[in-house]
Amino acid sequence: MNTSDVTHISEESAQVTTPILSLVNITKKFPGVIALNKISFDVRAGEVHALLGENGAGKSTLMKVLAGKHTPDGGQILLNGKSMVFATPKQAKRSGIVLIHQEQSLVPEMSVAENIFLGSLPRKSANRVDWVTLHHESQKILDSLNCSFSAMDIVSDLSIAKKQMVEIARALVVTPKVLVFDEPTASLTDHEKPVLYKMIDTLREQGVGIVYISHRMDEIFHLSQRISVLRDGEYNGTVNTADTNEDEVTKLMIGRSLELDHASKPTDFGDNMLELRGLTVDGVFKDVSFSVRKGEIVGMYGLVGAGRSEVAETIFGLRKPSRGEILLDGKVARLRSSHDAVVQGIALVPEDRKDQGLILGMNCRDNMTLAGLGSVSSNGFMNTGAEKNVYDKYQQAMKIKTPGWRQKVGNLSGGNQQKIVIGKWLHTHPKLLILDEPTRGIDVGSKAEIHALIKDLARTGYAVLVISSEMPEVMGVSNCIIAMYDGQVTANFAGGAVSEDTLVQAITGQYVKDSDAPAGLDDQPAA
Amino acid sequence: MSAILDSVNSMIDMKRFLSGGAVIQPIWVFVVAITIFFSVMSDHFLSLGNLTNILVQTSTIGLIALGMTYVMINGNIDLSVGATLGLAASLSVGLQDYGITVAVLAAIASGVVLGAMNGLIVWKTGVNAFIVTLGAMIGVRGLIFVYTEEQSFYASNFAFSDFGISTIGPIPVLAIIFLLCALLMHLVLKKTVHGRNTFAVGGNPEAALDAGIRIGRNMMVNFIIVGFFAALAGVFLATQMGASTPNLGRDYELWAITAVVLGGTKLTGGFGSITGTMGGVLAIGVLRNGMNMMQVPAFYVLVILGVILISVLIIDQKINVNSSKGVQV
Repeated sequence: MNTSDVTHISEESAQVTTPILSLVNITKKFPGVIALNKISFDVRAGEVHALLGENGAGKSTLMKVLAGKHTPDGGQILLNGKSMVFATPKQAKRSGIVLIHQEQSLVPEMSVAENIFLGSLPRKSANRVDWVTLHHESQKILDSLNCSFSAMDIVSDLSIAKKQMVEIARALVVTPKVLVFDEPTASLTDHEKPVLYKMIDTLREQGVGIVYISHRMDEIFHLSQRISVLRDGEYNGTVNTADTNEDEVTKLMIGRSLELDHASKPTDFGDNMLELRGLTVDGVFKDVSFSVRKGEIVGMYGLVGAGRSEVAETIFGLRKPSRGEILLDGKVARLRSSHDAVVQGIALVPEDRKDQGLILGMNCRDNMTLAGLGSVSSNGFMNTGAEKNVYDKYQQAMKIKTPGWRQKVGNLSGGNQQKIVIGKWLHTHPKLLILDEPTRGIDVGSKAEIHALIKDLARTGYAVLVISSEMPEVMGVSNCIIAMYDGQVTANFAGGAVSEDTLVQAITGQYVKDSDAPAGLDDQPAA
Repeated sequence: MSAILDSVNSMIDMKRFLSGGAVIQPIWVFVVAITIFFSVMSDHFLSLGNLTNILVQTSTIGLIALGMTYVMINGNIDLSVGATLGLAASLSVGLQDYGITVAVLAAIASGVVLGAMNGLIVWKTGVNAFIVTLGAMIGVRGLIFVYTEEQSFYASNFAFSDFGISTIGPIPVLAIIFLLCALLMHLVLKKTVHGRNTFAVGGNPEAALDAGIRIGRNMMVNFIIVGFFAALAGVFLATQMGASTPNLGRDYELWAITAVVLGGTKLTGGFGSITGTMGGVLAIGVLRNGMNMMQVPAFYVLVILGVILISVLIIDQKINVNSSKGVQV
């Protein structure tokens, strides 16, 4: 990403530092599976050590062993050369190994300080909370991390990125030797990430060993000094970040190189399938106008809170527009509920597949047919044979990996879950497919497959609207990019001909649409 | 205690092994166990007469529990069913001057209307079903007193009470109707679009909405179903007694919920079955009847039922935790 960083990192990795943490032949078995098979690697003081692997490769299990949640069936954990056995997470934490969770575990109504010391509040006599010490100590930790908020702030008022920092600050209450980050940027936007990176750098300079789990290559190459790769529960090697590249690491991770993502974008467009004319929901977004043609992929890019998902929800009938029109296939559409939207051929793959897209306790087949039960039933009675056929069709078409249709979707990996959500909609034969953050939290292999799938769908005539916070994704799949800032469309780049800088300006409100706008805007209605 | 839990665990595992993967509901293991226990302990327990008697005794709670299963799979609850039962019973006896058909239809209609009101309020306002139906429970009980002026009614038409004790062959008609209703409700839940949507709405309302399912309508239909069955149970009870009292059906909502929960339906929604509920209904019926046969004093019966309810749920949770372990990698 940034050339000055690369040289900086290679100097760092040239220094030989002693390992602060070593894992030697760690093995963990579950009934019927060997989750971890003789994993060995080490973390040096003052390095960021990235841990990579597809979903199900064993990263989470390894981290749980490290944090004392699982006891290993074999192997040793050496901390500063001493063999450690952790029976509980508390013991691991006390020894200086702290796991920072993917899911946030803060009490939203409490102050930052109370959250940092939750469970170990400083006390005065008679068990009273020592507020003075609490705030003083908390502020000290926040200052050491260069945080811009106060220990007295209420957590629910903070942005997601700041909440993440509170989570990190909490880990610093006991001076940690090793910090483990599990997908820390999963819920952050491109805009918020640098703040986290800076904090990780600060910690690294203080001599903390950092294990960094992420699916995002750009992050890993930006932050880490070394990369270790797991595949199917086996250790697959460690490389110096400065001596490798994305292709090599991907190959280590999935055992093959990725060609899929280079699939070309669709080129044949038909008439307008969706057209928005001055669509407004008061207080949320205003005057949104753009169109999506048959066979076209339109990317919608912006920060969280810019109103992108809300636009999608309005098209899908979940929000009532205050003004403006939604035209489907050239006709003004009446969309008063999600049911209306589905009937009229709109499909929405939501932002949060676990909370909005899937019924985790239901099996794969039932989730797949959920949006189109009409076509697999007659007179209200289910035809399970037809259902099974639908499931088989999309399972094969999208290469969904499941042990069988009876499997509960909650047990599948993120990539396969997302394919089920997409399959659910393909089964309804929609005219317009809206995908909100289609690859969030999905490993690189599946991500490329989903990108290729989106392009294939457009090529077969679907009109596709992709909402994403990831710039490479938006630029990689879209024929046309719409930038949103603060509830308004700030730019509309046709043909994908736009630089990263311009795009960032557009979503932060610094880009003004004027005569400099790229050619090709003429097919968009004027707002 | 742990020895008991272990032995139960191994029993379930063995069952799963013998049946080749199909999971036997724990409550049915329990029903079989107590049936064997009472057969040994009492000479009169295991007879056709007593067994059909248990079916008739449990049909009241059982009918409500059938509807309650749908509502609870939906992630809701209905506390007003006991009061609905009481109102329907009073109407079915009190309106007999207009003919039995009119009286029974009016009674059933009252249940349907009350269910529709509960459903409509939950749908349109989004207020928690617990609160809405708690209010309905109090209010409807008040309505009964308004209508009956605190009087008990006696059936003037003997055809009405004759129906309650009529049989087809050796089997009481009420038991047959109850079993047919259970079969119907089982099929609707398993085989129809409505049944599938019921699971989806309870499993994840947001995802169901996102799939274009009309979740409000689905909930309302289920409230109407439970209202219908509560009213039907009221009519059943009135024909058995040939009378109605204004306090009829008190605590029945709790017994129905107990049966449903014993049957493995989750209070959080999205999971449950009619077969499980039938197991729960029979467990309560067999325990009550069996202890009665053994001449356990009535108050102790309640104490024992309470203890058993909690124990069964603890064991159930233990089994579920065990079975969900290990698979995760």
